[in-house]
Amino acid sequence: MSEGTLYDKVWDRHKVTTLPTGQDQLFVGLHLIHEVTSPQAFGMLRERDLEVAYPELTHATVDHIVPTADQSRPYEEDAAEEMMAELEANVREAGIEFSDPNSGDQGIVHVIGPEQGLTQPGKTIVCGDSHTSTHGAFGALAFGIGTSQIRDVLATGTVAMEKQKVRKIQVDGELGEGVEAKDVILEIIRRLGTEGGVGYVYEYAGSAIESLGMEGRMSICNMSIEGGARAGYVNPDETTYEWLEETDYFQENPEKFDELKPYWESIASDGDAEYDDVVHIDADDLEPVVTWGTTPGQGIGITEEIPSPEDLPADKQDTARRAQEHMRVEPGETMAGYPVDVAFLGSCTNARLPDLRRAARVVEGREVADDVRAMVVPGSQRVQRAAEEEGLKDVFEAAGFEWRNAGCSMCLGMNEDQLEGDEACASSSNRNFVGRQGSKDGRTVLMNPRMVAAAALEGEVTDVRELPETEVTA
Amino acid sequence: MSHETDGGDEVEIPAVDYVSGSGVPIRGNDIDTDQIIPARFMKVVTFDGLGEFAFFDQRFDENDDPKDHPMNEDRFQDSSVMVVNSNFGCGSSREHAPQALMRWGIDALIGESFAEIFAGNCLALGIPTVTADAETIEELQAWVDENPDGEIEIDVEAETVTFGERTVDVTVDDAQRKALVEGVWDTTALMKSNANAVRETAAELPYVEDAAIPEAE
Ligand code: SF4
Repeated sequence: MSEGTLYDKVWDRHKVTTLPTGQDQLFVGLHLIHEVTSPQAFGMLRERDLEVAYPELTHATVDHIVPTADQSRPYEEDAAEEMMAELEANVREAGIEFSDPNSGDQGIVHVIGPEQGLTQPGKTIVCGDSHTSTHGAFGALAFGIGTSQIRDVLATGTVAMEKQKVRKIQVDGELGEGVEAKDVILEIIRRLGTEGGVGYVYEYAGSAIESLGMEGRMSICNMSIEGGARAGYVNPDETTYEWLEETDYFQENPEKFDELKPYWESIASDGDAEYDDVVHIDADDLEPVVTWGTTPGQGIGITEEIPSPEDLPADKQDTARRAQEHMRVEPGETMAGYPVDVAFLGSCTNARLPDLRRAARVVEGREVADDVRAMVVPGSQRVQRAAEEEGLKDVFEAAGFEWRNAGCSMCLGMNEDQLEGDEACASSSNRNFVGRQGSKDGRTVLMNPRMVAAAALEGEVTDVRELPETEVTA
Repeated sequence: MSHETDGGDEVEIPAVDYVSGSGVPIRGNDIDTDQIIPARFMKVVTFDGLGEFAFFDQRFDENDDPKDHPMNEDRFQDSSVMVVNSNFGCGSSREHAPQALMRWGIDALIGESFAEIFAGNCLALGIPTVTADAETIEELQAWVDENPDGEIEIDVEAETVTFGERTVDVTVDDAQRKALVEGVWDTTALMKSNANAVRETAAELPYVEDAAIPEAE
């Protein structure tokens, strides 16, 4: 008999009990924390005289407020320094491991977990950050939580959750030239809507997903939340295991790899598992997707025309009208040719080594357009070092990009990296909400990293498939 | 280090079976958490004082001068029930969003739909997120505009909202309703009391090392 989906199996293994509310109490296998959403939770813990129950299953990093240019301490900005100091004190007191900037392992929380082998199939992973869904790429059950829930996890090692439905998103076929994982997820969100996933967990499957490397799978799972789904996952397979074997944890504990592999294999969805919903997407049909509006669901293929609000479902018209006004786009136009002032290559969606490599191949031997401020912010210090060693930094700098230190940076503009005034930004991040990149009049166009590179070179949104590629000589 | 208070923290958790107050309409679908509380106001280590920054960029211009926004209008200053449209609170997991609304004075939200993490964060603060169909919401928003001092009564247990002469059926998610009505929406103490069962669950998981599991108290 079928035991069901990965979601069912991992849930059952971690369920402690059903609470009087009807929610299940779930054991948390990995709790990731960062400086923005955890200090208040530690404060609540102190108020109640409670301690961290499972410090060894907790791991901290600093990413949101960390400056990406001058990182000397104390940070120039007092508020940032205060948050960092608070995190340092909290982790020291509780005995929590901290990938701080001096460790060489610091980076965006959703980049460092997988790098270090903390993220593993069949774990429950939570973090006070909605893009925790990223870790689902490894077949983990990973979701974002709020600060009161962080308090719960710190104090008890568990979280109260309601079980959700599972929608299988079957992406078959082959991605065409210039089309990436980012385009797949933007297409999914565009089709199913920003709230289409509410109440669901997304299982991504099909030949197009299976042929992706871990980074591509992470880009897809990362943006599950933009489609309203709190978690998304891919069943673990050989690609997953190859990645894991290379990580610190399994390099240091090789026997653990053989010990855990049967567990990983056991929690994958059964072939005859039942789903609450199944959606099919044909990868062959996709082209690079860019957003024209102010929600990640407002995307179109690069050669497609911006829709007229009247042609959208009634409940989307108003948002579309306001979005078009904000973005200053007109129905009937394409996004190609939309002038940009800033190009941002970064974020937990698309700032891993292969993302930077692909973008570097686009920029090599070319120059960033005059008046465009272009920056690369690697997802972690490790990505940064690796990219520097292979010469990617030089390629970007030669083209006129700024090369920054690791952090969230202009994805949300909590440090000094922000849009100014009504600047338009070609961004490899995940959210184009009004004000997201630090200026309330700023305009964000989401796209894949190669498209960001192309936009930087041309000074406008550009179909990267129309630029000839050059080879990076490593 | 003392474990004496473990499982018995002294936080009083009130039942939230009924909320009433005047309303404030916030119109628009897909209102995200970056609008509710812009990230630049999150550079703080406590939630105190977030209330004044709720919807800041919608309420104030570059020079911090007030713009047209319901939350700037005198008639809505004492409102405690926010009436919103669909997918309210989408975006980030920041609890700063409901914290900012709560600290501004909001005790309950009524809307067509809410983003899940946002609704969960509201629940953790004892704030109901009640849903109704689009038409009812629009009527209620119009009514609030005309009756800024009018009382809206939310019966969480019976799943009804009363405004003016009307009582309409609404939905409160089952787990949320139970948690609010029975006063168990603060889950820390509740879950802490299951510490033994938690250890047993952990011990069964192949990836959790024994050393990571705390000793029984
Ligand atoms: S990179 Fe952006 S989306 Fe990712 S964790 Fe940082 S702020 Fe959040």
